[in-house]
Amino acid sequence: MSYVWTIAEQSKGKLRGVSFELLSRGRKLADKMNTQLCSVLLGSNVSDEALQELIYRGADNVYFIDDPRLENFIVETHSNVLSDLIREYKPHTILAAATSSGRSLMPYVAIQVNTGLTADCTELDIEEGTKHLLQTRPAIGGNIMATIKTPNHDPQMATVRPKSSRPLPEDTGRVGKIIRLSLKDELVDNRVEMIGFRKDLEEFVNIEEAEVVVAGGKGMKKQENFGMLKELAKRFDGVVGASRDAVDRGWLPYPHQIGLSGKTISPKLYICAGISGSIQHLAGIKTSETIIAVNTDPDANIFQLADFGIIGNLFEVIPKLNQRLENYKKEGK
Amino acid sequence: MNIIIPIKQVPETSNVKMDKETGTMIRDGVESVINPLDLYAIELGIQLKEIHGGKVTVCTMGPPSAQKALREAIAMGCDDGILITDRKFAGADTWATSYTLSEAIKNMGSFDLVLAGERATDGDTGQVGPGIAAWLNIPLATYVSHVDEVTNTHITVERLVEEGYQILKMPLPTLLTVVKEVSDPRLPTLRGKKKARATEIPVFSTENMNLNEGSLGLKGSPTKVVKIDYPKVTRGGKMVSANGEEGINAAIDELIKFLEEKELI
Ligand SMILES: Cc1cc2nc3c(=O)[nH]c(=O)nc-3n(C[C@H](O)[C@H](O)[C@H](O)COP(=O)(O)OP(=O)(O)OC[C@H]3O[C@@H](n4cnc5c(N)ncnc54)[C@H](O)[C@@H]3O)c2cc1C
Repeated sequence: MSYVWTIAEQSKGKLRGVSFELLSRGRKLADKMNTQLCSVLLGSNVSDEALQELIYRGADNVYFIDDPRLENFIVETHSNVLSDLIREYKPHTILAAATSSGRSLMPYVAIQVNTGLTADCTELDIEEGTKHLLQTRPAIGGNIMATIKTPNHDPQMATVRPKSSRPLPEDTGRVGKIIRLSLKDELVDNRVEMIGFRKDLEEFVNIEEAEVVVAGGKGMKKQENFGMLKELAKRFDGVVGASRDAVDRGWLPYPHQIGLSGKTISPKLYICAGISGSIQHLAGIKTSETIIAVNTDPDANIFQLADFGIIGNLFEVIPKLNQRLENYKKEGK
Repeated sequence: MNIIIPIKQVPETSNVKMDKETGTMIRDGVESVINPLDLYAIELGIQLKEIHGGKVTVCTMGPPSAQKALREAIAMGCDDGILITDRKFAGADTWATSYTLSEAIKNMGSFDLVLAGERATDGDTGQVGPGIAAWLNIPLATYVSHVDEVTNTHITVERLVEEGYQILKMPLPTLLTVVKEVSDPRLPTLRGKKKARATEIPVFSTENMNLNEGSLGLKGSPTKVVKIDYPKVTRGGKMVSANGEEGINAAIDELIKFLEEKELI
């Protein structure tokens, strides 16, 4: 049937935003091949309205496998189910999110269905004639861009980073089919048991899926000073991140770390203060759309990557910026 | 507890500089090191061995010179190293690499745990660890940040996900890929280095492994690189100085204008 599939994600019955981002990528490919776009969702207790939104935002069909045993992501069962669907429906292309689940599921499935997989693609296209998926991705910390294809295997599979594409606007005039499938018992793998979930940080942030990230480094000097960055982040509905040096000093917990040994992010706006811009830090922010940096050192490496650089003392600049944005909000200018 | 740790040798990036003219990375004369993210797996493996007994075997697929990485891991405290090398392995993508590594692991006899880094800093895919688990048909936990409990039959781990930490009870044998939070890698000791020099490193190749030749190296890889570009990473953005009251105000005025133009406020 050579459809394009995107793998939707849910958490506690709610669709995650990345499900819609994938549809905008998938829509382009499906249109180019003149074929249908299907959103595939494995989960439990997802409302009809949520499924309908997948159609409003680009899907022609939604396959929903609804079962309590799929509520939590367990790679063994999820990959059995997806591999089974692939064998049955034979999609042309599958796009998944480069999230903790997508990055586990897809490499497992690639082995099960015997095909290639390209991680973290920033550009996707269909090759004229062959209809192969052209997958462009950064490697070596974003220092090279490789274009990859899978000429002799099907389906064509790629993951895409959260926030690297925008969802399509909701078009309530779109019609499509919601197809509910039941979970086959033999695909359930009970070897791994999820026995709990820990979320003990007062504000557990998901920096990979934030539109705006405001980060601080060693130049922040101490933990309390991150208050001004939190304030700034809040003004943009964003979250706070940190360099490794700041995390190693205990100023913010590890899930906030950006860079080679932390998270790679692609936000719309990245603002950083007191971060020098080491090669390891830059590896995590290269695909950010807009970068603003504040640093006292005019030769700081971070300015190489900045779209807007302020050479100055962050302890003067950030509070003033906060104040200015507060006035801006009040006066609308 | 028998632990196997597949590691990768990668170009050292800590000292790499950017070429200000071209805006690309200067890679000349760059040394090879153990993938820094594998060090967390190595440290965890050594700690588990110290508590629960058993042994830690590191293995790597690469050119013969990659045995240097194995000796470094032995110097940290691993017991054995196995070099998986053959011309036919060259150019493998993540599918073919995980196939070859899984076959090598099968060749090593029984094991309880396979530990891997989250990803390698050169290829940057994070696909080989999960791929090995799939080939071996053993359970997988990625992004492991804590080990809570180990028994004779199970290991309970915490897995860092978008909303928090999933706590998973995994039956042994199992494969874990780990993140930095899991451990703080030790440095090699002098005694360790001595031992590493004296350790014999067996070689696995197509001659002593039972491999499907069509699944090896460049030829056996489903994905093909068709083009490589060196993007200019420097952005040549606008720079302003913020000195003194007036200078700061002017800089912030400029920034507000910039944010407006970009429709960020
Ligand atoms: C294998 C490996 C993995 C790594 N992984 C990561 C990673 O994931 N993420 C990461 O970030 N790093 C990582 N690093 C570490 C990296 O090499 C740097 O050490 C680190 O990024 C530096 O953090 P920093 O910029 O906060 O500190 P510094 O490099 O010390 O920079 C502090 C900056 O603050 C500026 N500053 C000081 N005071 C002020 C002020 N008042 N106002 C404005 N600016 C000020 C200074 O000019 C300086 O530029 C890794 C290193 C290795 C070897």
